[in-house]
Amino acid sequence: MKTSLIRNMLISATLLATFGGLGTAMVMTTYEMTKDQIEASEKAVLLRNLNTIIPPESYTNKLLEKTLLVPEASQLGNKGETTIYQAWQGKTPVAVAFAITTNEGYSGEIKLLIAIKANGHVSGVRVISHKETPGLGDKIDIAKNDWILGFNNKQLVKSKTSQWKVKKDGGIFDQFTGATITPRAVVNAVYKALDYFNHNHEKLFLDQEKYQQLYGPSSPLKASMSEKP
Amino acid sequence: MSEQTQSTFFFQYKQIARDGLWDNNTIFAQMLGLCPLLAVSNSVINALGLGIATTLVLILSNMSVSLIRNIVRPEIRLPVFVVIIASVVTTIELIMHAWFHELYLVLGIFIPLIVTNCAIIARAEAFASKNTIGRSAFDGLMMGLGFTLVLLILGAMREVIGVGTLFANAHIMFGDGMQWLTIEVFSDYEGFLLAILPPGAFIGLAFILATRNFYMQKRKQKKPIKQAMITEAKHC
Repeated sequence: MKTSLIRNMLISATLLATFGGLGTAMVMTTYEMTKDQIEASEKAVLLRNLNTIIPPESYTNKLLEKTLLVPEASQLGNKGETTIYQAWQGKTPVAVAFAITTNEGYSGEIKLLIAIKANGHVSGVRVISHKETPGLGDKIDIAKNDWILGFNNKQLVKSKTSQWKVKKDGGIFDQFTGATITPRAVVNAVYKALDYFNHNHEKLFLDQEKYQQLYGPSSPLKASMSEKP
Repeated sequence: MSEQTQSTFFFQYKQIARDGLWDNNTIFAQMLGLCPLLAVSNSVINALGLGIATTLVLILSNMSVSLIRNIVRPEIRLPVFVVIIASVVTTIELIMHAWFHELYLVLGIFIPLIVTNCAIIARAEAFASKNTIGRSAFDGLMMGLGFTLVLLILGAMREVIGVGTLFANAHIMFGDGMQWLTIEVFSDYEGFLLAILPPGAFIGLAFILATRNFYMQKRKQKKPIKQAMITEAKHC
């Protein structure tokens, strides 16, 4: 009687473990099969997004390969390092682009891709991901509304920083009917990114090596990685 | 196949279709899968996206459960079903992420939500674990379509009342060629925020259910018909 109970328990446990193993194997195989493809697709999407804010005919280098890692800065809103993508026309710097995150939105984080020309003007801004209210706050997305194009060619002039607000707060940018928090967050994030650019202008077009020589390793993690041959 | 068995064959599938779409609809009759329904039905295109993804998962999970129905012992069947559903959902998510990247960007956020849909485990337990693969796959398809139907009705209602459009952003899902699908129902519409926010989902669903119940009652008074058997009455 007792042995049959234990026997049954063992059979059940083995069956359950087998299915757990099968499920894990299935997910693992799919992950291994799709890993490279996912990375390639994400790179393609990133490049396509970057090309919408830095015209591809304006630069000659490979945008995704010419990168610079900069340490955490409060203006960027990113945890850890930020990757700066540099666009060059031969040896002339054209623009830099980087992703910034703001959590001042109505719900959750808003991830933005911002490109700034070498002269400090905005080349373009795009929202990469957000969780704002559909039909209201989501007008920051280029797919729904062209509001985001309003940043193009704007620049941050020291005497006119008060312009960088939505109209409701006395600035020059439109808000949406029923949604002020979302555009306010985006305007503020772009403002801070421009501020960061203006303060670090001379650093952002450097090589990674040169950057580290002048300003030290961007983080301990990066330092240990660069020691490898 | 003789004529007799052929007609019962068709009758069975007709019954499954009827159950899935109307009599035993996941939302109308079983009240299952309300969490994703209420969360994602704020526009027709979102609703359609979740509907398609859920239908796909339902078909695949029903088929896998049906395939192993004679191996699994009753005392461990639920954990096994959970493992199967979770694996299927993750696999679909990974495959979409890799090869249907555009679609993934639109539907991506809905895929993990499917795991919260207890209609899927309910179908595994109530139907797929007792039926052949073919019938289970068909049941998955019909239950999925029934769920999509309610999603679309609620999505259309909320989108029209909330922002005054229909099929807005169809181009994100179908490509730029389908921009014409977007219909502006009211021009110069100010929008009605409540319909888009979560309370709008509850109120809208209540109206849809009340309408259905009203219609069913009317029909019952006309000619008393055999009520559909509601096998599952779990709520979530």
